Amino acid sequence: MRLLQQTPGVASARALSEQEQQALLEPWFGPDLPLADLPVPQLIEIIEEGDGFDGAGLRLRLQAEVPGAVLDDHTRWRRPLVAAAGKLRLLGAVSILLIAGAVAAMVTLAANAALAANAQVIAVLRLVGATDGFIARAFVRRFTLRALGGATLGALAGAGALLLMPSAGETAGFLTGLSFVGWHWVFPLLVPLLTAAVAFAATAIAARRVLGDLR
Amino acid sequence: MIELDNVAYSYGGGELLSGLTLRLAPGSFHFLTGPSGAGKTTLLKLCYGALVPTAGHARLFGEDVRRMDRDAIALSRRRIGVVHQDCQFLDHLSVAENVALPLTVAGEGGGDLEQNLIELMTWVGLKSRADALPPELSGGERQRAALARAVIMSPEVILADEPTGNVDWEMSQRLLRLLVELNRMGKTILIATHDLGLIRSAKTQVQARVLRISNRKLQAAGVDL
Ligand SMILES: Nc1ncnc2c1ncn2[C@@H]1O[C@H](COP(=O)(O)OP(=O)(O)O)[C@@H](O)[C@H]1O
Ligand SMILES: [Mg+2]
Repeated sequence: MRLLQQTPGVASARALSEQEQQALLEPWFGPDLPLADLPVPQLIEIIEEGDGFDGAGLRLRLQAEVPGAVLDDHTRWRRPLVAAAGKLRLLGAVSILLIAGAVAAMVTLAANAALAANAQVIAVLRLVGATDGFIARAFVRRFTLRALGGATLGALAGAGALLLMPSAGETAGFLTGLSFVGWHWVFPLLVPLLTAAVAFAATAIAARRVLGDLR
Repeated sequence: MIELDNVAYSYGGGELLSGLTLRLAPGSFHFLTGPSGAGKTTLLKLCYGALVPTAGHARLFGEDVRRMDRDAIALSRRRIGVVHQDCQFLDHLSVAENVALPLTVAGEGGGDLEQNLIELMTWVGLKSRADALPPELSGGERQRAALARAVIMSPEVILADEPTGNVDWEMSQRLLRLLVELNRMGKTILIATHDLGLIRSAKTQVQARVLRISNRKLQAAGVDL
């Protein structure tokens, strides 16, 4: 213990109590495990500080002074998982971009189709003195509101699904922690607004194009 | 009000109309006649800025059509009432809403105009059909609804393209009386028709000039017709 506490980079070293050891082993051996009767090694928890400690050096010194001690560095097996989690996040960002693009394309296509289907209506409106602005506004408003409504429903469903995910508690760890934390909940609120903005731009462009063919 | 100055028009092939000169003075009453396909509808479209002449100048209220932007064209349509050959209603709106459509798109509305609309519908004899949909109307009713829509903005000029196209004699006389009445109220009227009987009966009610399109040109038709 003394040796550990003197090692640079170690914030604290603490021997786990019998109850704590029992709690750790319980999932594997059940609650009735007579810990005292078994040759269970004493666990010592080490918490790093700063740049951490020199694992190889510590191991050598432990071998010399406490021959039975084994140093198990968790960061070794954690590192690839942390990297995977980072990749997952990047994947998420890329998918959001792809989805935004798909939404823009879909709204544009739908707006074009609707405007084409309403070409007769637009021609009549134009004949009775409607300005381009009036016609574009009528269609743009309808599409923007529709996109806003749809995206709001979608965002609510998505947020609901995330709420049902296991929370990122201490036991769950970082892989299952897909839910938003704190201010990150702003993101799902942005989805309907961005979708509405995309719909607005797409419809405005489509409306202008249809009107351009008409005098 | 509307002036065509040495105007020519072609849809892409040969010239359909050429060297046309026409002046619609305030309060005048004109008939435009000529065989089917002569270019009557085309000439009317030149008169309300739906087509731009391929040569010469068309002026609406003193402004050259070629220099008018799209909004100016839209605004000029509120001063020129057009009865289109094929009427062109919005089939999902009631007759009353269709008649009021020019007000709607102009962003006007309100109690006063509501009363106007009722009076106008009564005047054209469609008060009882106000809530019907356009496809439910007879030919004569459609033409009267189109006329009501053309005049709801109190335009200075009314252009009517074959307003008696597919209605019986009785109904065509009724429509003619409405147009003559509008002319007495000071409106400028131009009616395109190939119905010489209509022109003859109009001449007993109003001083009308008759123009005929023949050989791509506009000619004043003789008194004899
Ligand atoms: N949009 C168009 N494109 C090409 N040709 C047209 C178009 N509209 C009319 N025409 C042609 O122009 C001629 C005159 O048409 P129109 O002005 O409708 O005659 P009217 O009204 O006297 O019957 C016709 O031969 C018609 O086929
Ligand atoms: Mg015609």
